[in-house]
Amino acid sequence: MSENAPVKINRSLHWYAMLTAFFTFLLLGAGGLVTSHEAGMSVPNWPNSFDYNMFLFPPSKWIGGIFYEHTHRLIASGVGLMTTILAVWVWLKDSRRWMHWVGTAAFLLVVAQGVLGGLRVVLADAQLGIFHAIIGQLFFVLTAAIALFTSRWWQNWENFQHPTFNKQQPTVGDRPHAGKLDVGCSLRRLVLLTTILIFCQLVIGASMRQQHAGLSIPDFPLAYGKIWPDTSTAAVQSYNEHRMNVIAENPITAFQIVLQMVHRLVALVIFVLIAACAWQAWRQLGRKDPLAKFALFWLILILGQALLGAATIWSNKAADVATAHVLGGALSLVTGALWYIIAFRRSAALPEIAPATTISGAYGGAPAMAANK
Amino acid sequence: MLAGVPVTQAADIIGTITLNGTPPPEVPYTPLMNDPTCGAMYKTAPTTHFYAVGPNRELADVIVSLKDVTGKSTGANQPPVTLDQKGCLYVPQILAIQTGQKLVVKNSDSCIHNVHCVPAVSGNPESNQVQMPGGADLTYTFSKPEMFMKFKCDVHPWMFAWVSVIDSPYYGISDQAGKFVIKNVPPGKYTVQADHRKLGTLTKEVEVKDTDVTVNFAFDVK
Repeated sequence: MSENAPVKINRSLHWYAMLTAFFTFLLLGAGGLVTSHEAGMSVPNWPNSFDYNMFLFPPSKWIGGIFYEHTHRLIASGVGLMTTILAVWVWLKDSRRWMHWVGTAAFLLVVAQGVLGGLRVVLADAQLGIFHAIIGQLFFVLTAAIALFTSRWWQNWENFQHPTFNKQQPTVGDRPHAGKLDVGCSLRRLVLLTTILIFCQLVIGASMRQQHAGLSIPDFPLAYGKIWPDTSTAAVQSYNEHRMNVIAENPITAFQIVLQMVHRLVALVIFVLIAACAWQAWRQLGRKDPLAKFALFWLILILGQALLGAATIWSNKAADVATAHVLGGALSLVTGALWYIIAFRRSAALPEIAPATTISGAYGGAPAMAANK
Repeated sequence: MLAGVPVTQAADIIGTITLNGTPPPEVPYTPLMNDPTCGAMYKTAPTTHFYAVGPNRELADVIVSLKDVTGKSTGANQPPVTLDQKGCLYVPQILAIQTGQKLVVKNSDSCIHNVHCVPAVSGNPESNQVQMPGGADLTYTFSKPEMFMKFKCDVHPWMFAWVSVIDSPYYGISDQAGKFVIKNVPPGKYTVQADHRKLGTLTKEVEVKDTDVTVNFAFDVK
């Protein structure tokens, strides 16, 4: 079926997909709490919880780290079930063939993620925890994308015309601006690059968290009182002598210190790139364009995320703050990914729209658009 | 320590460990106090004792051993060493065993613990086992020497013990007075190694003849 052909809208499916994405977000938070509380191995076996079936494990025994690990498993089971239903529902009720494969991919990914989480426990392999964290982020992007694809908004062709098209001339500040429907290739590339960089940043963050060594640098914005910390053997020995962590009591290494510095620098680059994306979107698309507003939201989100990163250090990696930082990273990734998907859809949908400089062409492009339909 | 091992001529290496400088202040186990079960066992929060320093700067919990003396273990013939979980803390937090010697982990608490052993040396297997209140003791042996192997409880993530595995009977742990003894060392030249989990390692050369040898170490807080 052609992407542009009318599709029967299934509102229930969309709301269910939204719910699945929401619970996936909660699941990421639950997983973040497990690592933040150093509780990942508190239930030593899997899929059973101690000597109980996972679903029959008495709440009276959900103590200490067990609470975080066990609730994570339960929420994960729920998301797995929801994803299975979603995949079947999409197969049965969504007429778009490609959506069947997107649903299937979600199902396979959630199964792989569940098995990976179990293997991380059974094999006691902290490296698997990094993959588990990263796949969780990718799965969240996928569920959010399914929610987008099943929305009435996505399937309503009119939404991929400029919102002010033929109604009100869009402006940039006080200047008239062409009502562009597509998003410039350079802007899309910039958003894609930024989103990929956010993903890399999440990989770095997951690697830092899975070291189980607490904060490798305890101060911010400086690092051990300097712009770039001393990572000599003597300096690292001194840092370890003065670390008095109650939990996550692994000694830190020079590598971990450098990794956190890279995390900080990449965060700065991401902030600059998102600011550039927002500015370019505002300038190219006009301030009333939904994507320009979405880019502004992205910028605000990344500002909050930077603040949470700083708060993670200032709070000595308090579990709730660190977990909020993980969730902020997930939202930043999803925002970038959905922005790109929407921009790609808009641009792919209307290739013949006149460039921004030809205002009359853009406003007179209705027949061409109709032809595209 | 050397029961069953014939030693013709031997002497002890004795000494005292001290600490120069002021270590960082110990911190209270706040998460322990926030746990309903564990917190109920204490009126005030217990604190860490990363630096067990006496009134005259004596330093406890330092493992003193003979560097590069391996393959001499008598661990298989020695009685087990016990590591207890009591008051939601490991007791003791620093201990040493020989390769092949049994380490028995008990749970004296009224709550679940998991005993998660995290070796860093290949050949010493990682394991993670549940120990219910009143449950059977868990027994471990390790075949490879390793300093400060981590034992932890993930249910109560502030619980740590650090077990050093030494491939000979020639080691001691400094006590509250900072004193240690390595018993029945055969005559010869040795490098004596003092390891503190936070402060690192110091070494000194000694020659053992037929009388006790004194070796003192002074760690510095950097």
